[in-house]
Amino acid sequence: MAQMTMIQAITDAMRVELKRDEKVLIFGEDVGKNGGVFRATEGLQAEFGEDRVFDTPLAESGIGGLAIGLATQGFRPIPEIQFFGFVYEVMDSIAGQMARYHFRTGGKFDMPIVVRSPFGGGVATPEMHADSLEGLMAQTPGLKVVIPSTPYDAKGLLISAIRDNDPVIFLEHMKLYRSFRQEVPEGEYTIELGKADVKREGKDISIITYGAMVHESLKAAEELEKEGYSAEVIDLRTVHPLDIETIVKSVEKTNRAIVVQEAQRQAGIAANVIAEINERAILSLEAPVLRVTAPDTVYPFAQAEPVWLPNYKDVIDTAKKVLTF
Amino acid sequence: MFNENELTFTQVKMLDEEGNIIGNPTITTSDEQLREMYEWMKKARILDQKLLRLQRQGRLGTYAPLSGQEAAQVGSAYALTKEDWVAPSYRDHAASMVHGLPLEQIISYSKGHLYGGKIPEGLRILPVQIIIAAQTLHATGIAYSSKYKGENSVAITYFGDGATSQGDFHEALNFASVFKLPVIFFCQNNQYAISVPLERQMASKTIAQKAVAYGMTGVQVDGNDILAVHEVTKEAIERARNGEGPTLIEAVTYRFGPHTTSDDPTRYRSEEEVKQWSQQKDPLIRLRKYLENKGLWDETKDNQLEESFNDELNELIDVIESKQIPTVDEAFDYVYENKHDLLVEQQEEAKRFLANGGGE
Repeated sequence: MAQMTMIQAITDAMRVELKRDEKVLIFGEDVGKNGGVFRATEGLQAEFGEDRVFDTPLAESGIGGLAIGLATQGFRPIPEIQFFGFVYEVMDSIAGQMARYHFRTGGKFDMPIVVRSPFGGGVATPEMHADSLEGLMAQTPGLKVVIPSTPYDAKGLLISAIRDNDPVIFLEHMKLYRSFRQEVPEGEYTIELGKADVKREGKDISIITYGAMVHESLKAAEELEKEGYSAEVIDLRTVHPLDIETIVKSVEKTNRAIVVQEAQRQAGIAANVIAEINERAILSLEAPVLRVTAPDTVYPFAQAEPVWLPNYKDVIDTAKKVLTF
Repeated sequence: MFNENELTFTQVKMLDEEGNIIGNPTITTSDEQLREMYEWMKKARILDQKLLRLQRQGRLGTYAPLSGQEAAQVGSAYALTKEDWVAPSYRDHAASMVHGLPLEQIISYSKGHLYGGKIPEGLRILPVQIIIAAQTLHATGIAYSSKYKGENSVAITYFGDGATSQGDFHEALNFASVFKLPVIFFCQNNQYAISVPLERQMASKTIAQKAVAYGMTGVQVDGNDILAVHEVTKEAIERARNGEGPTLIEAVTYRFGPHTTSDDPTRYRSEEEVKQWSQQKDPLIRLRKYLENKGLWDETKDNQLEESFNDELNELIDVIESKQIPTVDEAFDYVYENKHDLLVEQQEEAKRFLANGGGE
């Protein structure tokens, strides 16, 4: 097994699928010769040809619309949106069109599209590159929204996403692209979409999270351990549809929970998770379920990022409030 | 420096308002084909008027009538083979009908039936597009597929003058010309986007000239002259099949009726203007006169067609109206290929609600 960064695991997943299924196409801005601005498609055009891995003109809506047309013809397009902050340009294609196509056509057309896109804060990008907009996607029936937190998960989830017949928004946290390596099996393997992963077992509190916050939460869990608290960390991996079963099972065991997200507080994934816990497991709770989130401001300039983004200290603070309630 | 005044766009016309051939155009269309196209136009007009009446009687949802635009739609769609794809907007039932969409499908969609957008197998037609110009991109994707697979098929997409202000339209033209795709962008310039007239939509003299900026062929045609429409579309299709890339066709036409059944066009169009188009420039009258001059059509034939098609429609509407309406719980089945747990749960809840008399 090879040690891979998350970006390498993502490239590997696409290589495996391009090789396995000639219906898989990759396109977007700079994904061809340049191999993508983060090198996610490095070497793929050379290996699979300019018809299957190609640069488009610089127009996000066009990229999304092209994917839809191709999907109606049996292709499995993987369009890349260069930064997810640009997703507003392609919102109609994503939320208005591909999310609804299967429904509007009474199931006649599948939309086996994976919209891949880097997102997330902490890497000093220019404005409008770093926002966590998964909540917008998760609010849209017809989409699946996947956010991996490790190289191993990224490869298995991406392969599943490509094979899925529904449109999947696959969000790759920029900070995780090269932050660490992990053993990643060669060849194909899949991780089921819609299934959370218990990244750390514990019995006193459930920390439910996803993306880069998985690592902040794991770090917090280590610190809490030193103070005698055993925290369970659940990585949602798919933020829509949620793995309610795993969440509820954990909460029923620990009786306490917090939800950690990098996105702003308003109307987000965390709110949704808490609502589900309240509806399904309120009698198991010893304390209110609290959230760790970014504040409800516009995403700030790079210099303010370190303060603005939630980190493991926020997680510890909030966890303690719940543990000592 | 480039000057718009140096551009000349001659509107292609072949049939005058009295049904006479103008000048000496190259015509590859047979009289028999023209007769058949007339029948399609007539049927489209009857269907359109029928659906308007049904809406007024509360038997149909909001409807976007197409009367006045029959020549543009029929003349172009008639040039396609069944291997070609149609990406229509919500006002293009005549084009879809010519391409094989069953009447039942058109009526069901307009009634808001759950399966109204389920185009029957084997038909190469996309579901009606609501978002202005979105379908132009989908047609571009289809054309990419055709080129990639080395097929001979083309895609044609229908949209209005308002759509040419949308980013998606420009992105589609740009993608299609960069990739040199077999796609025809067929604009029905009916001169109003709901209430906004063309001069508020753009400052350029024609829509067709926008093709120039994208390095593709642009054609302006009299959209109420079915012969000219048919000929220019055939040429565009031929270019596309020959690997010469996309064409933008601007068919200048007029919608006789409102934008939709919820619209009151008297607020923004004068009676004289409407009359001028609906009485002098009616595309049906023009072709009918041509056919009558040639002894290929007459009053009796016209009445017979009207009667038999009306009967067909009435019977069909009876059948559709007697069908059971799908219950809301069926809607859960099509959000994804496979329902996720939360949808399963919500569907069960909906079923219980309905079983207990909910939704009455």
